[in-house]
Amino acid sequence: MLVLDLALKSLRNRAFSTSLTVGSIALSVALLIGVENVRVGMRESFSNTISQTDLIVGTKGGTIQLLLYSVFGMGAPTENVSWEAYEEWAEHPAVAWTIPYSLGDSHRGFRVIGTTEDFYRHYRYRGGQEIALAEGRANADLFDVTLGADVAAELNYALGDEIAVTHGLGEVGFVNHDHMPFTVVGVLAKTFTPVDRAIYVTLEGMEAIHWEDGEPPATGDGHAHDEEAEAADDGHAHEDEAEAAPADDEHDHASDVSIEDVEVTQVTSFFVGTTNRRDVLQLQREINDFEDEPMMAVIPGAALNEMWRSLGYAETGLRLVTIFVVLVGLLGMLVSLYTSLNERRREMAILRAVGAGPNRIVALLVLESVCLASAGALAGLALVYALLSAGQSLVEAQVGLFIPIRPPGAIELLLLGAVVTAGFLMGFVPAFKAYRTALHDGLAVRV
Amino acid sequence: MSLAIDIRRLRFRYGDGPWVLDIPELTLKRGTRAFLFGPSGSGKTTLLGVLAGVLEAEEGEVGVLGKDLASLSGAERDAFRAEHIGYVFQMFNLIPYLSVLDNIALPARMNAGRRARLDGAGVKETAALLADQLQIGDLLKKPVTELSVGQQQRVAACRALIGAPELIVADEPTSSLDFDRREAFLELLFQECERAGATLVFVSHDRTLEGMFSRTISLPDVNKAVL
Repeated sequence: MLVLDLALKSLRNRAFSTSLTVGSIALSVALLIGVENVRVGMRESFSNTISQTDLIVGTKGGTIQLLLYSVFGMGAPTENVSWEAYEEWAEHPAVAWTIPYSLGDSHRGFRVIGTTEDFYRHYRYRGGQEIALAEGRANADLFDVTLGADVAAELNYALGDEIAVTHGLGEVGFVNHDHMPFTVVGVLAKTFTPVDRAIYVTLEGMEAIHWEDGEPPATGDGHAHDEEAEAADDGHAHEDEAEAAPADDEHDHASDVSIEDVEVTQVTSFFVGTTNRRDVLQLQREINDFEDEPMMAVIPGAALNEMWRSLGYAETGLRLVTIFVVLVGLLGMLVSLYTSLNERRREMAILRAVGAGPNRIVALLVLESVCLASAGALAGLALVYALLSAGQSLVEAQVGLFIPIRPPGAIELLLLGAVVTAGFLMGFVPAFKAYRTALHDGLAVRV
Repeated sequence: MSLAIDIRRLRFRYGDGPWVLDIPELTLKRGTRAFLFGPSGSGKTTLLGVLAGVLEAEEGEVGVLGKDLASLSGAERDAFRAEHIGYVFQMFNLIPYLSVLDNIALPARMNAGRRARLDGAGVKETAALLADQLQIGDLLKKPVTELSVGQQQRVAACRALIGAPELIVADEPTSSLDFDRREAFLELLFQECERAGATLVFVSHDRTLEGMFSRTISLPDVNKAVL
């Protein structure tokens, strides 16, 4: 206890260099733990991009590719899934619900996704949160669009705005269908998932975008879609009735076409929820073995983890860098302790004179080092929590990354323990020097 | 047990260097106030280091208070010094980050044997009592950096005296004081040594103080290494 008392008073006596040292260790520790937190936050928000979906089904290809185009809206598949195949699986006894997805078009750089009201009913993200509307209503009619939160914010669109949806993914599409305007009927609440960056239309609307030259293949009753809004709730149920939509029937304006006249022929992929999760593997096998069309099903959790692992080298690199930052912080402590030794030789001689053995001198310096490292580690931890609580909502609002604040877990404690241990071990460097000097000096200070 | 110091055939050097101490015999009775003088480089401070057990003799016996330090391990010598020897330096005697009180109390806190000699009084009380006797009782809470040199030396004397060690070793403690203060400090030191029945070994190159001591030892005369 005497040595601890001496160590603390000695550090307090050198308050300026002590606080500088503690500060630099704290910053590096905060960086280390902060990066760890961000990493965990990133992984969680990544693997929670979609939840409660048991299978994602698309045409045969790469697992990650299927994930990329159906969950992240990146890229496109080589083949689509036919409507017949989709319906067959949607009616499979093990399937509780499906969300059909049809993609491939863009509006000013944002992905346009064709889906049904099943999307609003069944899509879940981040631990079961539902898709909610910030304003307006869900798209239901042929030329209705619902905007993701980012789309509405970045393009500054409001309800009732008419927008053109182009074919292709670029900022400006190949064909600008000015004569086939879609109307904004709703804006989704922010989800911090790729949902925010997509534009939602009906499957029929997606078919309409694909019409050659913007010409509707079917005739329809001009303003029927206003009344159809509610009736279209059942999505694709009426497709069979509308199957006689010929591709070359001339018509003036696409908006004259009714949703009932449009036939949906294909989807890009679909999400599946099972009635019983124990059936997932069996269902996956059945879909993969489907003979009519090349199809594959992936389990999103497993696929997301696989994808995250493939990005793991970046994570490792980041962690390596922060570990080096902590080492540099500790080296700063070592330098500061080591350089202070020369001016402390007198102190060591006095301590020896009053009966301190060399071991006590070693203990004193190691303890000082441990105190500095511990204070730095705790201050760093406090700094992380202070920054997290101050910046959490800002980070969430700015970059859509939700970093959870939770009590220090095993990883944090392990890191703190490692920092203190490193401080303890490093303390032996100045301590050994002081030990040798003390033995050599005796009671006089020899230079 | 009547001898405070009993050195026989002592030889000491730093590392592989030349002999610094070569003392065939040097004895000192208990209760003596010894004045040990010699020019710079005659090995005064080194001898004190050996007597205090900080430096280890290469050859010979170093009897201090009946114990042969040469036969003790390093840790045993440290413990022996802490318990039985009070040490006063030439200058810069104090630990800068401790208060006056903590500086005085340091040996008693360092060693249980020294603590046991406080006659049942607490460390703080004893330190305060000693400080009163050396007329620095009002400085106890002060940081040592605010003290004058004379005050610092008195704090150092208090620290050497706490727990009544049998041997007080002083390495030119008055060299940083002017003449009047020197005598006053020595009077106080003598008084306290007498009260505690301690032997005093006082080292200096300044022979003007010689008359105040009961025995004078010329180090060049006893140390064969200096020639």
